[in-house]
Amino acid sequence: MAEPVDITAMGGTPDLQAEPMRINIGPSHPATHATLRFQATLDGETILDLEPEFGYLHRGFEKESEAATWTQVVSYTDRLNYVSPLMNNVGYAMAVEKLCGIEITERCKYVRVIISELSRIIDHMVCIGTNMVDLGALTNFWYFWKPREEVYFLIEELCGQRLTTAYTRIGGAMADLPEGWTERLLAVCRGVIPECIADVNALLTKNRIFIERTMGAGPITAKDAIALGFTGPCLRAAGVPLDLRKDEPYLVYDRFDFDIPIGEAGDTCDRYMVRMEEMRQSLRIIEQAVAQLPGGPINIDDPRFILPAKAQVYENIEALMNHFKFIMEGVKVPAGEVYSATEAANGELGFYIVSRGGGGPYKIKVRPPCFPLFQGIPHLVKGQMIADLIATLGSVNIVAGELDR
Amino acid sequence: MSIVLDRLRERFPADVASTHSDFGDDTALVRRERIVEILTFLRDDPELLFDFAMDLTGVDYLGEDPRFEVVYHLYSLTKKRRVRIKVRLHEEDPVIDTAVSVWPGIDWYEREAWDMYGIVFRGHPNLKRILLYEAFEGHPLRKDYPKAKRQPTIGPEE
Amino acid sequence: MTHEKDGASGYALSTLDAMIAWGRKYSLYPFTFATACCGIEVMGAFGTHYDLSRFGAEVVRFSPRQADVLLVAGTINYKMAPVLKRIYDQMLEPKWVISMGACACSGGFYNNYTVLQGIDKIIPVDVYIPGCPPNPEGIIDAVVRIQKIIETGAPRAAERWPIK
Repeated sequence: MAEPVDITAMGGTPDLQAEPMRINIGPSHPATHATLRFQATLDGETILDLEPEFGYLHRGFEKESEAATWTQVVSYTDRLNYVSPLMNNVGYAMAVEKLCGIEITERCKYVRVIISELSRIIDHMVCIGTNMVDLGALTNFWYFWKPREEVYFLIEELCGQRLTTAYTRIGGAMADLPEGWTERLLAVCRGVIPECIADVNALLTKNRIFIERTMGAGPITAKDAIALGFTGPCLRAAGVPLDLRKDEPYLVYDRFDFDIPIGEAGDTCDRYMVRMEEMRQSLRIIEQAVAQLPGGPINIDDPRFILPAKAQVYENIEALMNHFKFIMEGVKVPAGEVYSATEAANGELGFYIVSRGGGGPYKIKVRPPCFPLFQGIPHLVKGQMIADLIATLGSVNIVAGELDR
Repeated sequence: MSIVLDRLRERFPADVASTHSDFGDDTALVRRERIVEILTFLRDDPELLFDFAMDLTGVDYLGEDPRFEVVYHLYSLTKKRRVRIKVRLHEEDPVIDTAVSVWPGIDWYEREAWDMYGIVFRGHPNLKRILLYEAFEGHPLRKDYPKAKRQPTIGPEE
Repeated sequence: MTHEKDGASGYALSTLDAMIAWGRKYSLYPFTFATACCGIEVMGAFGTHYDLSRFGAEVVRFSPRQADVLLVAGTINYKMAPVLKRIYDQMLEPKWVISMGACACSGGFYNNYTVLQGIDKIIPVDVYIPGCPPNPEGIIDAVVRIQKIIETGAPRAAERWPIK
């Protein structure tokens, strides 16, 4: 489908009868992670213009959450960024707790940090793995899936599910850590994960083909990145040192010693390097968090938010009524509006919650980190080739569940 | 009191309808007439420097008049502050000026607010549906749109 | 090739057909139409721990013209439904469809204006895998069931699909 355009007006010399071609890089395409669509205007292989389209996974998270209770929404939040679902659970629970004005226990804060960092590691593994598959380097994908399975075993022990975890609750978590979980966690964090990161590093970082493919693919300056609203590894790769764990520390991140990797050119190679280094830093945080993990209860002792103990429910009529009210009507959260942001694996994951009192939310808006990133893709690849588009798209880590909600 | 809200009130005394800092979030409810000026001031003022437009969304307060609300969330990289700016719009006239000239990154957020709520952004370069398809009828996040209303399925020849 | 009333294979399944069925079932080419979270579990199923290539369905083809089995993993909404139908139509006979996960089977817990309540509203499905998301072992089970269908010569869902 060619749309003839006067090429002399665009500054080219028409020695060949060349017209820019408009093609569709459609929603069912392996490199677009199967739900993104681009309409590209090409001159040969060079991209003149790119129009992204999405919404192929729009599932109505906001409309569904308006019909659900506060605790039921936790299940919907898992499906947002489905490669690191625990982070979404943590972000949502923090937002509602800010609205309720409650402070969770120390142990719960540490546990939330540990699971967030673990999720960050698995998210970066998926991003780099699938990015490399798009470039043809399939081995890294298999290498990265092995520690992911190990982490899934840990998560399955923790909350019964591998992927859609729904672990956090308002005021705490679903259940405390199982016996010996921290030992198994440390064994994985000292064993499989660093070995695998080292393997992939050895395969890629000094690899001539990788460097040629990714260096210079999809660069962005710091100023443009800020204007477009980028956050997360893509922004840090462009040289802007914004990380909510350091700039607006939440949970107990201010008690740990870790570094934030910053890139320079903002291209695909820098994004890859930033992610690899972030995985190593996450391992550092997990080590420190497990060492400092305090004892005590994981849920706060507040009958307004926490389900009563099951033994009490079976014996005591007040506990039974309390339990019934929580399940049928939901936790009562005060009226108001709040915005709470956490540093998810892809950037700033924000929850804007409007409450009118009552058992369920009035409105929840999720600020997905990949929304501005996807908006910036045309800016990143204009003037480059289709192959660079594929490399850049993979490195920006668009997760459709989050983008479309 | 918050420095952001103070400077905003000082500079635009007639346009700021109310402010609050509930739950630690600075919030200002402003009038829509000079919204682009207000946002440009927030971006450029040397004390404030809100260079990130983090979020834009609409809210439907069905039953209240004015019914719709457009909410901007801004973040300042250097000052490490956040602010929320809200604008109320009437049901018969849900039109507001676009903020794309202030932050280019707010483009798609406005399209989404149009798609989901029907809020028109005057001057937007490309105000089309973004999450839903063109044949979709209605604005689903409005409170009077039933959740399980089915749409006509479009065929494969689109 | 005749079939008995209950779908079991009749005596007319000749040796040649049996050999073709044997070859076909151990070399299924899946087309993974992975949209959402189930896609991650599909990747896990093809991974080294749950290795689907033991069952022959190793070669994943990203072109519907080259694939046998359409593995729909993830939520399909009204915007994506025409794309799915077109992909299904582009596949060559004989083809099988596996609907993986609660969203593809029946819309999952998304009962709203945008989610198609099950892909069997638009295409015929042979095997349904429940779960949200199902374990990779569930995917292996589904592939083995497809192999059973091929082996016994039972009628595929496409043959029973109502043509309107």
